[in-house]
Amino acid sequence: MDFTLSKQHEMARQLFKDFAENEVKPLAQEVDEEERFPRETVEKMAKYGFMGIPVPKEYGGQGCDILTYAMCVEELSKVCGTTGVIVSAHTSLCIDPILTYGTDEQKQKYLPDLASGRKIGAFGLTEPGAGTDAQGQQTKAVLEGDEWVLNGSKCFITNGKEADVYIVIAVTGKVEKRGRIQKEISAFIVEKGTPGFTFGTKEKKMGIRGSSTYELIFTDCRIPKDNLLGAKGKGFAIAMHTLDGGRIGIAAQALGLAEGALETTIAYVQERKQFGRSIGQFQNTQFQLADMATKVEAAKMLVYKAARKKDEYRTNPKISYSVEAAMAKLYAAEVAMEVTTKAVQLHGGYGYIREYDVERMMRDAKITEIYEGTSEVQRMVISSNLLK
Amino acid sequence: MKIIVCIKQVPDTKGGVKFNPDGTLDRGAMLAIMNPDDKAGLEAALRLKDQYGAEVTVLTMGLPKAADVLREAIAMGADKGILVTDRVLGGADTWATSTTIAGAIRNLEYDLIITGRQAIDGDTAQVGPQIAEHLQIPVISYAQDIKIDGGKVIVQRQYDDRYHVLEAQMPCLITALSELNDPRYMTPGGIFDACAAEITTWGRADLKDVDDSNLGLKGSPTKIAKASDKVRKGAGEKVVPESPEDAVAYIVGKFKEKHIV
Repeated sequence: MDFTLSKQHEMARQLFKDFAENEVKPLAQEVDEEERFPRETVEKMAKYGFMGIPVPKEYGGQGCDILTYAMCVEELSKVCGTTGVIVSAHTSLCIDPILTYGTDEQKQKYLPDLASGRKIGAFGLTEPGAGTDAQGQQTKAVLEGDEWVLNGSKCFITNGKEADVYIVIAVTGKVEKRGRIQKEISAFIVEKGTPGFTFGTKEKKMGIRGSSTYELIFTDCRIPKDNLLGAKGKGFAIAMHTLDGGRIGIAAQALGLAEGALETTIAYVQERKQFGRSIGQFQNTQFQLADMATKVEAAKMLVYKAARKKDEYRTNPKISYSVEAAMAKLYAAEVAMEVTTKAVQLHGGYGYIREYDVERMMRDAKITEIYEGTSEVQRMVISSNLLK
Repeated sequence: MKIIVCIKQVPDTKGGVKFNPDGTLDRGAMLAIMNPDDKAGLEAALRLKDQYGAEVTVLTMGLPKAADVLREAIAMGADKGILVTDRVLGGADTWATSTTIAGAIRNLEYDLIITGRQAIDGDTAQVGPQIAEHLQIPVISYAQDIKIDGGKVIVQRQYDDRYHVLEAQMPCLITALSELNDPRYMTPGGIFDACAAEITTWGRADLKDVDDSNLGLKGSPTKIAKASDKVRKGAGEKVVPESPEDAVAYIVGKFKEKHIV
């Protein structure tokens, strides 16, 4: 087993680190404070290919692997959780299902714009009554001639109003499965600007406040018949598989937040003096840092392992990375919450002040335990694999 | 258009310089980076490539690990990398270095050679102009802006309080300042390509029209007596004399004071 990063991964990390420090960090506080989508950063990321890292070059992507993509989200999230999730939702939740399930025409039509960052992607599964219970979907799609007609709404959608291309999950009928009548669920590609597709109010959030979180509303929204993604009735499987990949992105975001908080705290405890010496000289501080660093390292191993497993899947689709992704997200998210909370504690009163980065990091970390499957859902995924 | 950019891997002096007990640089204790002036030169070449179309070859002389800066340059957009490395070339001063690089360049076709003004580890600013001298081509140093006009380059050469606009027929050599531009980042895909790219490696035998007596430590007339961290220059003295005569009198007075005249 080799834990050494390859040359290209080391170089990619340095690139993401330099970019994050120079272009992302200076805006992080402002983006959070003003709840502003960092459009200028997205444009810069687009210029350097960050919006299409794991997309093959034939579709205008960078032709890199999932590990490189995860490292990008990690390094961005070290300094700004908002920027990390913009890339993650765009790549994992919109590009990936098109790449995996799209027809050649759909790939040719959507991927070059998405991979180059000319367009931003989003994913709509969650509804007011259907979060963890994805079967509770109410949004319907009915085929009328050459068009699907969508009605319903999606909530808490990341990249909400800023995106151009949306993967939308909707009910297309009923099917009998093991003697029970269940909803037939399908996936669709919906473009911004389609008549009948509007936005609800912007959500005011605890963290990742620069990320654009909106309700999507469909009122007799007509999309071409060809915008069905994958086979009719496969929407639930597409959504679940998409979330498996999404969890690697969120795990990387959580890892980055934890690392960012740890690095900030290591610097702080060496500067901050109490009782005539730096607080880093107290054993309590040292032991806290040791625990934080150990957990961060363990989280990193799980995140990178999950990314690697998905890379294996890309050459051999029989391989599943679902459990690895769930473990990585479960652990990294809980470590992010724990490490950022300890970071605030070690900063004392200053850690509670918005001027200090750890305050934002702690608020940003909480969502990683919730979105793209709560920690409880991750435990369900992991345990169901143990007890099958 | 064919552009050769000469780059150097140098220790990152941002966090201060570290020395071995014998006074030489402790390169192992410092991160190795692409020399900032050279990076600006590379960016200038890549912009010319974007604007006019060009093939950009990066060339470096150094230890085998100097291939890292060539890969970085390729990940930024350069087309080819050439590493000149050989034990007999070690310990070279600016004369032996420029002799070596000119010997390598004689194997290549080029319209334009761009080097950084100077490297942050030596700060001599000699290698670029010396290469031009060896190759018998014009040199314009301290470029802060570069334009191409047919077969000519038009360059703004930086001075303390002004710039000169100079024109030279290609092929020629330009030395670039880090203030010339903000170098672009690598791209992730560029990194993957760069790591898969073949780096051409040349040794002593590949150098054209050079004499062994001008290579390596033996061919280096410079002898370093002592090395120390750089001492910052003071702000200097600004004098505004009332007339040219007063200015001459002031300067001559200073010369006498320092026993120069």
